[in-house]
Amino acid sequence: MADVTLTIDNKQVTVPAGMLVVDAAKKAGIDIPVFCYHPKMEPAGMCRMCLVEVGRPMIDRATGKPVLDEKGEPKVQFMPKLETACTNPVSEGMVVKTQLTSERAKSGQKETVEFLLTSHPLDCPICDKGGECPLQNLTMEHGPGKSRFIFDEKQRLAKHVPLGELIWLDRERCIQCGRCIRFQDDVAGESVIGFDQRGRYTQIVTFSEPGFDSVFSGNTTDICPVGALTTADFRFGARPWELQAAPSICSQCPVGCNTVINTRREAKADGKIVIKRIMPRQNEQVNEIWLCDKGRFAHHHFASEDRLTKPLINKEDKLAKASWKSALDLASEKLSAAKKNLVVLASGRLSNEDLFNLKSLADMAGGKALLYSDMGGGALTTRVGVSAGFDLGKLGAGDAILVAASDLYEEAPIWWLRVKAAAERGATLIVANPRATKLDKHAKFVIRYSYGDEVTTIEDLKGKNKIADAFRKAENAVVFYGSEGVGLAGSASVAAAAAELLTEAGHVGKPNSGLIGVWGRANDQGAWEMGFETSDDLAEELKGKAVYIAGADPAGDDPALAKALKSAKFLVVQDISLTATAGLADVVLPAQAITEREGTFTSGDRRVQRFYPVLPVTGEARPDFAITSQLARGMNYILEGESPSIAFDYLTTEAKSFEGLHYAKLAETTEQWPLVGRGEVNYGGTSYENKHGLGAQLTSAAARGENYKLPAAKKVKSLRPKEGELLAVPVTKLYDQGTTVIPAALLAERIGEASVTLNPATAEELGAAAGELVKLSWNGSQSEVRVRTDESISTGVALVPRSFGMALREPVVASVKSAKKVK
Amino acid sequence: MAHILLRHRDIPNINQIDVYKKNGGFEAFKNAVKKMKPEDVTNVVKNSGLRGRGGAGFPTGTKWSFMDNKNWPHYVVANADESEPGTFKDREIMEQNPFQFLEGVALASYAVGANAAYVYMRGEFWQVAAFLDEKIAEMEKEGFLGDKLFGTDYSLRIYTHLGAGAYICGEETALLESMEGKRGQPRVRPPFPPSFGLYGKPTVVNNVETLTNVPLILANGADWYKSMGTADSAGVKIFSLSGRVKKPGNYELPFGKTFRDLIYGEGGGIMDDRPIKAIMPAGASSSLIVADEKALDTQLEYAAVRTLGADLGSASVIVIDDTVSIDWVISKTIHFFKHESCGKCTPCREGNHWMLNVVNRIEHGHKPEDVTLLLNVAKQMQGKCLCALGEFATMAVVTGIERFPQDFKA
Amino acid sequence: MSLSEKYPKEVKRLLSKYPPEYKRSAVMPLLYLAQREEGYVTKAAMKDIAGLLEITETEVASIVGFYTLYHDEKAGKYRMQVCADLPCALRGADQFLESLCGNLGIKVGETTADGLVTIESVMCLAACDKAPMFQMQGPDGIEYHENMTVDRTMELIEALKKSGEAK
Ligand SMILES: Cc1cc2nc3c(=O)[nH]c(=O)nc-3n(C[C@H](O)[C@H](O)[C@H](O)COP(=O)(O)O)c2cc1C
Ligand code: SF4
Ligand code: FES
Repeated sequence: MADVTLTIDNKQVTVPAGMLVVDAAKKAGIDIPVFCYHPKMEPAGMCRMCLVEVGRPMIDRATGKPVLDEKGEPKVQFMPKLETACTNPVSEGMVVKTQLTSERAKSGQKETVEFLLTSHPLDCPICDKGGECPLQNLTMEHGPGKSRFIFDEKQRLAKHVPLGELIWLDRERCIQCGRCIRFQDDVAGESVIGFDQRGRYTQIVTFSEPGFDSVFSGNTTDICPVGALTTADFRFGARPWELQAAPSICSQCPVGCNTVINTRREAKADGKIVIKRIMPRQNEQVNEIWLCDKGRFAHHHFASEDRLTKPLINKEDKLAKASWKSALDLASEKLSAAKKNLVVLASGRLSNEDLFNLKSLADMAGGKALLYSDMGGGALTTRVGVSAGFDLGKLGAGDAILVAASDLYEEAPIWWLRVKAAAERGATLIVANPRATKLDKHAKFVIRYSYGDEVTTIEDLKGKNKIADAFRKAENAVVFYGSEGVGLAGSASVAAAAAELLTEAGHVGKPNSGLIGVWGRANDQGAWEMGFETSDDLAEELKGKAVYIAGADPAGDDPALAKALKSAKFLVVQDISLTATAGLADVVLPAQAITEREGTFTSGDRRVQRFYPVLPVTGEARPDFAITSQLARGMNYILEGESPSIAFDYLTTEAKSFEGLHYAKLAETTEQWPLVGRGEVNYGGTSYENKHGLGAQLTSAAARGENYKLPAAKKVKSLRPKEGELLAVPVTKLYDQGTTVIPAALLAERIGEASVTLNPATAEELGAAAGELVKLSWNGSQSEVRVRTDESISTGVALVPRSFGMALREPVVASVKSAKKVK
Repeated sequence: MAHILLRHRDIPNINQIDVYKKNGGFEAFKNAVKKMKPEDVTNVVKNSGLRGRGGAGFPTGTKWSFMDNKNWPHYVVANADESEPGTFKDREIMEQNPFQFLEGVALASYAVGANAAYVYMRGEFWQVAAFLDEKIAEMEKEGFLGDKLFGTDYSLRIYTHLGAGAYICGEETALLESMEGKRGQPRVRPPFPPSFGLYGKPTVVNNVETLTNVPLILANGADWYKSMGTADSAGVKIFSLSGRVKKPGNYELPFGKTFRDLIYGEGGGIMDDRPIKAIMPAGASSSLIVADEKALDTQLEYAAVRTLGADLGSASVIVIDDTVSIDWVISKTIHFFKHESCGKCTPCREGNHWMLNVVNRIEHGHKPEDVTLLLNVAKQMQGKCLCALGEFATMAVVTGIERFPQDFKA
Repeated sequence: MSLSEKYPKEVKRLLSKYPPEYKRSAVMPLLYLAQREEGYVTKAAMKDIAGLLEITETEVASIVGFYTLYHDEKAGKYRMQVCADLPCALRGADQFLESLCGNLGIKVGETTADGLVTIESVMCLAACDKAPMFQMQGPDGIEYHENMTVDRTMELIEALKKSGEAK
């Protein structure tokens, strides 16, 4: 859009037409105070805080030309009333006087503050927001110092209202700016909080079950301009000014949200530094200024007690503490001896540097480097994935997004949010999933297929039909593929089919087009970039080998793998806690948690981002890449083991997609819009400004113009259950019973118990109603689980959530019996 | 003079379709649809000088001509929220002369190209809505509403929609929000309804009385209408007269009569023949006028009333005599606005709450500091609110304290 | 039973007033329909309406809370809503309300012991020339009673009582 020049407080400012005065002022370094306005939402103009004087050039009605004064300058006519800077778009020649240059604006704003304070309690000394509260700040600035409102006429309202287990409301503090409600309505698309009553009785309520039923709820506490909304997690936990702030990357899913981890020393923790809260850190191309509740609240595992502090060596079937030297010596000796029989198994929980060293070690020894993942197809994302320059925030009208076999809301919430926004900007959203998901509502096309028909469904999009046309004709097209109802082999086939689709439609090799894997772990993408592969039969691969496992717990996940590992020749396990797998090990090496060290992750959309040390190191734990390097040394290989930045430099010379990147580059920032943070929290909320780097994106083989080959999509044979049997398929739930989630006691209610979801008709056939216990059996395993029902899934299918203690990793034929009947 | 709006007072049973038809009913609409271009209908209304009767007095034809013709469909919404204390004219029209009103809706719809029109009624008009639904059904049956009217391509349906007890829903954008199934809270304006109205589509919102003028304007021509009233305010107006008068009620008069004509002529004078003290010309949201001789001789038209420091608004004239103390009057109005403030914007939500606290104290014995405070708070609300309700809430307070100081002495 | 089971035709008619993509507009008429049952909108009814219109229960509740003619709590079978606003008060509404309460032995906001009538004081009802007046909000909608006296009002209440007993 064309630019417009206007004058704000005697400063000439040129901004795009259509921009609001408040934003234009912000660009010019002038902070007009706001409460209800938020740069990520449509203006509401309701709090009346941003009052300014606005003048517009006078136009001669007859000629349509500006009226000039004696000096030949256009005459400016000021409006008799103050106007809201948050609802007025700029126009050519406009003159704005803010509180800095206009007494009228200043007193108007002051009067609004006085009005707000008539109902706001003066409990700043005990308020969580105290210290980062816009109302407090503005009161200090404008406050008359004396109240004309008689204190005992203040409304007394409930101060501890749970809007659910996660978010609390203080009704007295609420200033009815509606930001939280508008966030839920417009940004999150989940209208689960609203205003009740009207006038002075207006208050926030929720009628959802469970209360405030949205995985984005925590964000409302960041944008609440007062202490009305607080998280149950942080409430009364600390004062903002006592907190240290360290930048990090969320490790819960492949989105890679930028965070700040707030810590402080606590007496009750024996003087230890503890994490008090996790806050979003702005990265407009990743998480903007948001975080999902899992990322925000599931940090308690970092404080988990059962961390490994010293290496362990198995002596007479018991793990005993040992020195690093003896543990490393023993491990390297045995691994060295294994030669080709060495298998390195690692997961996307590790950093790029860790994975690079692990892969190098396997290569040098002539062994294998395997990725521990329930999803395949990653090698394709390195070839036809999105490439440097990708920004989901840029997709809109003319573009297409296909979300296939993924419940994005559960698998990668912030992607869900941004895909929804892209659809609202006009992108053609196609959702192909065997059951209804929350994304359907925002999709232009919803394709419902039967579990097992993933590949044919995607192949249909190569044909001649309305949806296929829309996808083909798009300027940019992105495919998100996930793990809804598919295991390793199934997802690899989905990826292959999607890669073919993208290639045939010419949607590869461009920044904003390509394949994106919705991985189970934060750095699975990094592992694929490093050249890790998955194995179709992991148990077979492990049997009788010398195995070096890092950051994975196969034995805990799957009895078959536990069995295979028991037969391993030698087992070295490197992890942060004593997992079931570590329990089987010959040598256990204690690793540092990501909060204790430096490193980088590669997000699912192929952005490499740095994380930084937040907490002191636990015991004698060492960073994974360093441990691997030390092991390697014992095997006579040299790998960088001191500096993650140097390790990263090595990896960029090996992995082509990383070419040209280095730590300093990842730490670069450019000005982001909207401006947030900067000690000025009334505008964007308490999301942190990004001072530590926006990261950098990888190139794809297609974008580099290389020749690459795509494997053909394997059509996985659909299992057809017989009479009385069901097809049990694994699905992902955001709040699961995984090790990183369970320690967050706050989330217990949302996690719930292990369940199996059936079509109501199927449930009825089995004689089990929703809420009842049933016995689910497959492949010799069984589990007692609660029944849930979902009308959108087909009959004869049972959805089994991952990470709920049921080792179901691939679709299998299963049987379900009502527990009543069993008894 | 024969009535133009309250025609039922001259023609018995005009609320029956046959009677209405016999008296020229629907001819204007039929003629317009069959023989006139939509913009010509708008032009007749423009030339007649008709101004909105909902309060703001905005020229009706001009409003219709603002409709954004690049954005379709268009809607017409009749504002029958009638919640201003002292206003009770639209109800009489809808109950007694419904077809003229509905024909007005139909003409407005044709003029702006709307194929659907809604009548938004305050929820209390439950029975009126049921009655109008019957009347609309009759019109459909007789072919005055429905598809392809009078053999043309023009189709129109009219629907009623009931509010549920919220004065603010009379404000046109709050009304539209309410119609969309939301809380009735005003929108930021601009954009105005003719570019962004119901469901985001161009919409004309007009008061019931405004629309009821339209059929006869079309039938008799713009000049006929303009020949009545004054240069500033053309035509006739229904004055809802209430308060301390002998004969309260609706009176249809051409603009230009005086307050004296209305109160002492039509209204039969003050109850118990007490002296008149104050006049609120536009319901609870009016300024209080000192009812002196000059005021009584002031013409009832938009411009003249403004010279008294008040607005004619919806012309709901509340008469106050010397038995009534103004502090009580403003406590009533504050009470009303505190109750009706939608709560969206700060000055109105907090200001009304604050004013109510202060006026409650004043009623228990005047303290000069509270009177000053009340005046300050009211003035502090002015010019800051999102919609006019907040402004309305201050009018009686400020003018009451300033013009009737003797009623606020300790 | 849900509204669309109980009043299928009425629900359909109400929905047909609005463009299908804006069926949310029907929330207000549906709430009136729901209110017929108990004199107030139950949680179950809110859920029902939310489902019909594909909005959340919170959104429905937010509407109920905003408008004064919707109630979320039980009261008398009839709500006698006396206008005591400025124009009516200028014509004796306050005294009327007071003596009515005296006669019934309850205060404004309270319900008669037999659960028949709740007295409420409300804002202007657009009948200012016919004060004292009130509206009765009951199972069959809203009915105006104008130019009332206390005696005639008591008679009305008696009649309501009788017709209730007769049924
Ligand atoms: C608080 C408030 C209440 C209003 N109430 C009504 C009303 O009850 N009836 C009405 O016709 N206009 C009312 N209006 C005016 C409308 O906003 C709008 O101007 C009018 O319906 C336009 O119609 P007109 O041009 O025919 O006057 C109200 C305005 C405000 C600010
Ligand atoms: S002025 Fe009052 S009624 Fe109007 S928006 Fe503000 S709070 Fe609502
Ligand atoms: S009105 Fe502009 S920030 Fe609230």
